[in-house]
Amino acid sequence: MEFTLKTFIFYGFALMTVSSALLVVTVRNIVHAAFSLMVTLFGIAGLYVFLQADFLAATQVIVYVGGILVLILFGVMMTSGRLEMPSQVKSHIERGQLLLGGAVALALFMLLLTVIANTPAWKNRIDDGTALPPTTERIGELILNGPFLLPFEVVSVLLLVALIGAALISRKEVRD
Amino acid sequence: MTLQHYLVISAILFTLGIFAVLTRRNAISILMGIELILNSCNLNFAAFSRFVTPPADISGQIIAIFGIVLAAAEAAVFLAIILAIYREFGSIRPNEVDTLKG
Repeated sequence: MEFTLKTFIFYGFALMTVSSALLVVTVRNIVHAAFSLMVTLFGIAGLYVFLQADFLAATQVIVYVGGILVLILFGVMMTSGRLEMPSQVKSHIERGQLLLGGAVALALFMLLLTVIANTPAWKNRIDDGTALPPTTERIGELILNGPFLLPFEVVSVLLLVALIGAALISRKEVRD
Repeated sequence: MTLQHYLVISAILFTLGIFAVLTRRNAISILMGIELILNSCNLNFAAFSRFVTPPADISGQIIAIFGIVLAAAEAAVFLAIILAIYREFGSIRPNEVDTLKG
């Protein structure tokens, strides 16, 4: 593969995504972790642009960065009794948990890498650089006038259920 | 860029999410791990839609959009439950929420 500006930017986005995701799972301060998550989500939106999924990239930025991340920050602020754990609580149990969790995650990663490297149908799928037409119009056509109409309606009902459920669960209980 | 570039990035994100879910002691950090996992799934859908199916077929991208919607609903309910737990127990560390423990 020749090393063009495009591959340089791609690796920049990939590095940004992976390194900030690493920060999300290692940093002790939860607010710092939330802001690292923001960088990760932006990096994934950049990767969507490389996949020529323009509508998906915009949705990622609007819903994740503008919605879910703000929700997470509100959650942090409302439950900020103890942002960080006191260091003397770090017992041998927690160290064992770190060790075991790391081992499980590493084994899973090795399994995934093996599958990715050995699946014949996934080999030599190279991005030939042909520009596809914008996807927004086709997505609208498929969702509102095509095979995805039923899932779209079901998801809208699910969002309503989640909205009512979240309001019901998080309100203060009225005792009589 | 090949398909495998995207799959490896997605595998790294998935593994880090699993690691966060297994080791973090704070419910909100666990939520962040779940978000990483869901994002890696969506990235896989978009990558397969680009490389494996014919270029005119964008069903994978639509599935990824549905995945984003589900993640939003999940995050809202998750945080509502966290707020209720915090009000009840004064803590959101999962191992201190043990009323049902015998």
